[in-house]
This record gives sequence, structure tokens and C-alpha cells, in this order.
Amino acid sequence: MLFRKASSPFISAQASVHSIMYQVLYALIPGTLAAIYFFGWGILINLLITTTVCLLSEAIILKLRARPVSASLKDGSTLITACLLALALPPLVPWWLTMIASIFAIAIAKQLYGGLGFNLFNPAMVGYIVVMISFPGQMTFWTAPLGISDGWLSLGDTFSIIFHSALPDQSSIDSVTMATPIDAIKTQLSLEHDIANTRQHKVYGALFGNISGRGWEWINLLFLLSGLWLIKQKVIDWRIPVSFLVSLLLISNLFAVIDYASYPSALFHLFSGGTMLCAFFIATDPISASTTPRGRWIFGAGIAVLTYTIRTWGGYPDGIAFAVVLMNMTVPLLDYYTQPKIYGNRKVD
Amino acid sequence: MMESTTLKHFHGGLKLNYHKELSNQGPIAKCKPQSRYVIPLQQHIGAAGEVIVKQGQRVLKGQMLAISEKLVSAPVHAPVSGTIVEIGKHATPHPSGMEADCIIIENDFQDEWVEKKPVADDYNQMNSHDLRNIIRNAGIVGLGGAVFPSAIKQTEVNINTLILNGIECEPYITCDDLLMRERAREVIQGADIIAHIIKARECIITIEDNKPEAIAAMQAAIDEDSTGFFRLQIVPTLYPSGSEKMLIKIVTGKEIPMNGLPADIGVLCHNVGTAYAIHKAIYEDEPLISRIVTVTGNGIEQAQNLEVPIGTSIADCIEQCGGYSSDAHCLIIGGPMMGYSLDNDAVPVIKACNCLLVTSSDEIYPANTEAHMPCIRCGRCVEACPVQLLPQQLYWYASCGNHERVSEYHLFDCIECGCCTYVCPSQIPLVQYYRNAKSEIWQQAADRKKSDAARVRHEAREHRLELQKREREEKLRKKREMLNQKKGKPATSEIDEKKAAIAEALARVKKKKEIQEITPKNTDNLNAAQERQIREADQRRKSIKKENNE
Repeated sequence: MLFRKASSPFISAQASVHSIMYQVLYALIPGTLAAIYFFGWGILINLLITTTVCLLSEAIILKLRARPVSASLKDGSTLITACLLALALPPLVPWWLTMIASIFAIAIAKQLYGGLGFNLFNPAMVGYIVVMISFPGQMTFWTAPLGISDGWLSLGDTFSIIFHSALPDQSSIDSVTMATPIDAIKTQLSLEHDIANTRQHKVYGALFGNISGRGWEWINLLFLLSGLWLIKQKVIDWRIPVSFLVSLLLISNLFAVIDYASYPSALFHLFSGGTMLCAFFIATDPISASTTPRGRWIFGAGIAVLTYTIRTWGGYPDGIAFAVVLMNMTVPLLDYYTQPKIYGNRKVD
Repeated sequence: MMESTTLKHFHGGLKLNYHKELSNQGPIAKCKPQSRYVIPLQQHIGAAGEVIVKQGQRVLKGQMLAISEKLVSAPVHAPVSGTIVEIGKHATPHPSGMEADCIIIENDFQDEWVEKKPVADDYNQMNSHDLRNIIRNAGIVGLGGAVFPSAIKQTEVNINTLILNGIECEPYITCDDLLMRERAREVIQGADIIAHIIKARECIITIEDNKPEAIAAMQAAIDEDSTGFFRLQIVPTLYPSGSEKMLIKIVTGKEIPMNGLPADIGVLCHNVGTAYAIHKAIYEDEPLISRIVTVTGNGIEQAQNLEVPIGTSIADCIEQCGGYSSDAHCLIIGGPMMGYSLDNDAVPVIKACNCLLVTSSDEIYPANTEAHMPCIRCGRCVEACPVQLLPQQLYWYASCGNHERVSEYHLFDCIECGCCTYVCPSQIPLVQYYRNAKSEIWQQAADRKKSDAARVRHEAREHRLELQKREREEKLRKKREMLNQKKGKPATSEIDEKKAAIAEALARVKKKKEIQEITPKNTDNLNAAQERQIREADQRRKSIKKENNE
């Protein structure tokens, strides 16, 4: 009798990359819905553009590289990149800017490095940084969250801003955009208005909501909850989020205690901007993050330090993308120097 | 006497589906005698034995067929009485399917034993050296699967603890379980013999908590012994706690130092099956000519444990278990985590075969060798690895052939337990990559040794030829001088002599230049590893030259 040959082990947990990626995608849904709820049609249109362009770029490059196309498109990783990008970009950015970010993320940052598993940098963050550096003006096109505005900007108006860069009645773009809380604090501080003042400001005061910003606090809370679910599902490692959030809490608290007038509270930092999205969905991208247990602690803490530094003293509104990409650079070094001590190579009591 | 001591944990490990109930429901059955037995000369780690029988010779059951001359080696014995019909190459159970030297015996069904002189209880008065010789001559090797000759590791130096390994952490396998259930007294006696040899101060018998019957039987045997020397230690079920390294960590909290032995921390491990075999050798003077084999899996009609004479063909064993079921798909020697598959069953059972696992097609899910997903560095393998390696980094460097880096990441500490591959979401056959990398590195080291030896030989030959040539020339010159003197002519003028000397010197210089100016070829576009290899080769060449000159 003849038998099939294979190599050991002959059994497996039957986990799959596909299921990991799709669980991440499911976990992104609540926060994304909240973002759409607070910021309107723009987020949804961004999501449509990034998804279409990301999938198309992936397909074209795979075709050029003579690699199987459909399997890679189905693995879900491209959809995650598209979703992160749509959440990071302001809701009213012009369509071509969203396209450039998407193409850069997939074609350059992911595929030119070798595709899934080989990219050194988080693709979505690379795409974001490219447009952030190239088009800083357009990257401030955030709308006022629901609760300040009376309702969503109409679909028609959103469309014409995104695709024609103008409202139909020729009114200026400034009339519909609004600074984010982080940005507002920074600008006001530069005008020597301290934080308490800014929170009472006649225009910006309304932005801050109960903790850290109307809308933002809810979006962050939802990302936190679904992130905890991902940890429970063992889809992501707990070390990076814990290390990142605890470090950010400690640093921001330190400065806030020293000078509460110029440095926002730890709570503000934890629930503003992309903090929770970064903690559970961006920094935890396993491919571009450190892969050793100790390395992951350092990686998370490093992102926190850089994020805080850029948010507080840097020229950009939110430092997360830069922080993540800078720490991505350190990963080969981190992985090499943080190898765990193996069996037989350490003292045990 | 079941003390509850705090157990240590090793890193990682897996909870698996065990399927032990398939084969542990009935007693151990005896394998029916067959007409032919194929006995491979090498069934153990180390050198093959030297054949001491001739074709056509009649041998008795238990008679030695091949002797172990080297230190790390083990003899083999006749499992039945009968005639040697052939000594030559035959297929053996080897992952590569290669043929090896075997002795083939035709059974005469007389079951006639060689004369037996069992030592029995007198072992207490014997010294360790003599007892070790009996064990060695009985061909006893580690029956947990490693098949390392047992006597060699039974050192008396500083051994404190004897650990008897009844863990059996691989799924499906139940031969140790059944052995402990049915022959607990003999196992304990075997352990006592080992303890006597190594002068251990305590003996810990370890069993995973998924074998309550074996635990009860062993506890009863320990209670019967009543010396207080043996202690039963129940260990939580977690793969691979039966691996020697992991077991020692669990029980003692100590780790075997890198490149060290258990003896370095005062511990010796033996499998319960080995202890039983040692009992047989001392109490009945029977060499290792049979072993208990679990025949199991959904591809088998009646899964069970069989006591099989070494050399019985696997096909015969399976036939005795009702044969293959209709969806038999894969034949695995050993367990599903560390075993290897065979493409045919016309090979003999050897000392290492603890399990014949025949699976149906929906029972196994090996990693995909042809097309797996890329590694996404999720780190699940890191969490699972009991040695605390970084399997994803090992894979990265092994797959691109970076031997230096892969060794730096401790490739050679990998125990190939398969935990990383089991959890990999990309279905990468990681262990396979590591095995390949290991054999490539071994191959390279062997090649290097070989080419170094060849170079030394070549240069020595050149040197010798040069000397011979010079000697010849010298002789010729002297002869010519003598002839010239005889003829009365003046010796060749001094000028001629000088010319010859100059020519000779020139020739020498030219030759030297030729040797030195072997300019390297293809030196463009080298990567760092290649450049390093070239430098290393140059270094070696220089050092060899130096040695020669000295």
C-alpha cells in the first residue's frame, strides 16, 4: 500500500491569516461607524475611495509582479490599510489626495517592499505621511463634529467639496471646516492662551466635550473596547497597546502635573485624535512592529514618547503617523537586541 | 506518598486533542509470529553494529547478530530462532526511504532461546560497570524515541535524581500508558536497577494527569515497594512536557545548560519503556528483541497496543489490527507532532517505533509545503516555543539561506517539537525549514573539512614531486660530472654551472609565482556573506600553509 508523504507536525491549530485580518476588520466597525456619525458623509466617501484605490493598486502591482492576485486581495490586509487611511484622513480632503495616499500606501509602502509580510513600514501611515507633508493645507479639512454643527453637511455639499474643492454656492471652505481639539489647543497656546482659556473659548470651547473632544472621546472609547476584544481573541499582542498607553499616560501626566496650564491632561491625550486607533490597530500591525516580547514593550513606549513629543512641541497636529513610522525603522535593531534568553541560557531558581 | 510539590512551568507549549482513547481501551496484545524478520543493523543513535553471523547460519532466539564495537553503538539480537537467509540492503523505516544494511531471518517457529543466566535480585551485589555491560549487551536504547544507547548515559558521577519519564505527551500514543498499567512492578524494578547503577538518591516517576489508570497502577507498585525511594509526580497535560529538557524543568525547576547534559545538573532521565527493558535484561536475561507499539488512527480498523518483535514488518502489524480502513491516507511512525511519514509499509518495526499512526484524510492537517502564506510576524510561534526561540526570525533567515544569522538565533537549540508550526496562521512548515537549514549547515561543515583535507593532500603532493625532481636533477648532474671526469675533459665550465644555477633559480621563482598568483575569479557583485566566506577560505589556506612550512 502506498501513502501520502508529508512532514511533521501533521496536525495544526488551523488558524489563518485570513481570520486574523477579518477579526481586525470587524473590530474596526464600531469606531468607524462612530466616526461617520460624528463627522458625516466625508468619512464614508473617503472609505469608498481608499478601498477602491487600495484594492486596485494591489491588484495591478500583483499582476505586474506576476503573483496570484485574488488570494492576496482576499486576505483582508489591504482592506485594513484602506480603512485605517480613511479614518486618519480629514473628512473633506480632495479626492485626488485620498487617491495619492492610497496608491502610495499600497504600491510603494507595501508591494514594492515585497507585499504582505515584507513591508518595513505601516502602509497606511506611510500614505498618510506622504500627503501630510505634501499637502498640509488640505490636511486640516476636518468638519465640526455633530453636536457643534446642527447636522451633517449635506451629501451634495460634501461631494462638491471633495470632488470640486468648493461649495456650490461659492462659499469658502473655511466656513465648513473646524480645527481638531489637539490643533485648537496648540494654536491657542502659541497665541499665549492657556488650556483653561481655550476650553472657555467662544468658538473652540465647544470642541472639547466632556473629556477630550466632542465625538473624539466616543470614537476613542469604541476603539478601546474593540481593541480589548482583539486582545481577548488573541488576534493582537497585549504588550504594545499596554506599553503605548501606559507610557503616554505617564508622560502626559508628568507634564500636566508640572504645568497644567500649558499641558493637557493625560485623559485628554488618551482619548484624543488617533490614540486608541494607534494603540490597538496601527502600532499592533505585526508585520511592521517588533516581534520579540521585550522589543514590543520598547516599541510601544517609543511610539508614546514620539507621539507626545510631536503633539506637544512639533509642527504637525497629531504625531501618531510619524511616531509609528519612526519606530518601524528601529524594528530590525530592536528584534536583534531583544532576543529572549533561551532555555538553558539563564539562571533559574 | 504522592507528595504535592510545586511544579515549575516551561515556556509556551500546547494543549492538543489527544485521541488516546482510540488505542488505550484494551490490553496489550501479542503480535503473532511471522515467517520473516528484517533486523536493521543501525536502530539507534551512533555507529552500526558489526555483523557476527553468516548467511545460512542457524541462530537462536535472543542470540546476538551484530556486536557494538564503537562506544556509541548497540548490538542487535535475533527476535526468533531460525536461519539467516540474507545479509544486505533492505528498506528501513527512515524518513528518506533509504535502504540500509539488514539481517534477514527465516523463522523456524521453534522459539528456541539461547541459554539464559538471569542476574535477578543479585544485581544489588553487582557493581555499576558490570550491570552497564549487561544493559549494553542487551542492545537497550532509549525507547521514548531517541534510541540513544542507554548504558552510556548511566553515569555514576554526581547523579542525584533519576526521573522516570511516563509522560507520553504526543497525541495518539499509549504504549507507555498501557505498559505502566499492566507492568508497573517491572517498571519500578527496572528503575531500581538504574538507580542502583547511577547511585541516585531519589527516583521521581512522572506521568501526565490524563492517564489516571497508569497513575493508579504505578502508585500501587510504589506503595508495594515501600522503601520510600520512589515518588510519583503527576504533571499537568501540556505538549511537549515529555521532552527531556521540559520534563527536567517541570520537576526540578532547573534547566539543562546549553550544550550540556542532564547529568550536569545531577539528573538522569529514562523512559518507562527503557526501565522495563532493563528489568527484562536483568531478571530474565532477555535482550531487547521486542517492544510495545501503539497501532492507531482512524485509518486502522482495530486500534490497539501490540507487543511486536523487532523486525516484524509494519504491514503485518497492521494486518493484525484488522488492516487499513477504506480512508487510510497517511502512515506515520511516531506521533503526529514529531513523527515522520512513510510512503509504504514494507519496512520492519525497529526499536524506535513507538507508534504506527495511520490517519484518514480528514484527520491530519500538515502545513502546506507548496504554497503557504507569507509570515506576518504575529509572534504566535514565539508564545508557543518551549525553548523560547524566535521561530519567525529563524524562518526569515533559514528561508534566505543566511546560515550565520540562523545559527546566531540558536537554530541548533530547536528541539523540532512542532509547536511553532502547529500555531502558525500562515501554515508555514517551519520545522521543515529548520531541518533543511540544519542539514545544509552540517553539509557545509563536512564539505569544508573535506576540501581542507584535499588541499593539504594536494600541496603535500606538489611538494613531494618537486623534491623528487630536484633529487633526480642532482643525480643526473653528478653522473654527468663523473662521466666528464672519466673522459678526462675538464668539468663543465664554471660559467655553464652558473647558467644552470640561474636557470634553476628562475624556474623556482616562476613556480612560486604560479602558486601565489591564483587570483580569485568571479569576485564582482559579492554579497557580504560570500566575501566573508572568501576571507575565511584565505585564512584557512594561509594557516595550512603556515603549518606545512613549520
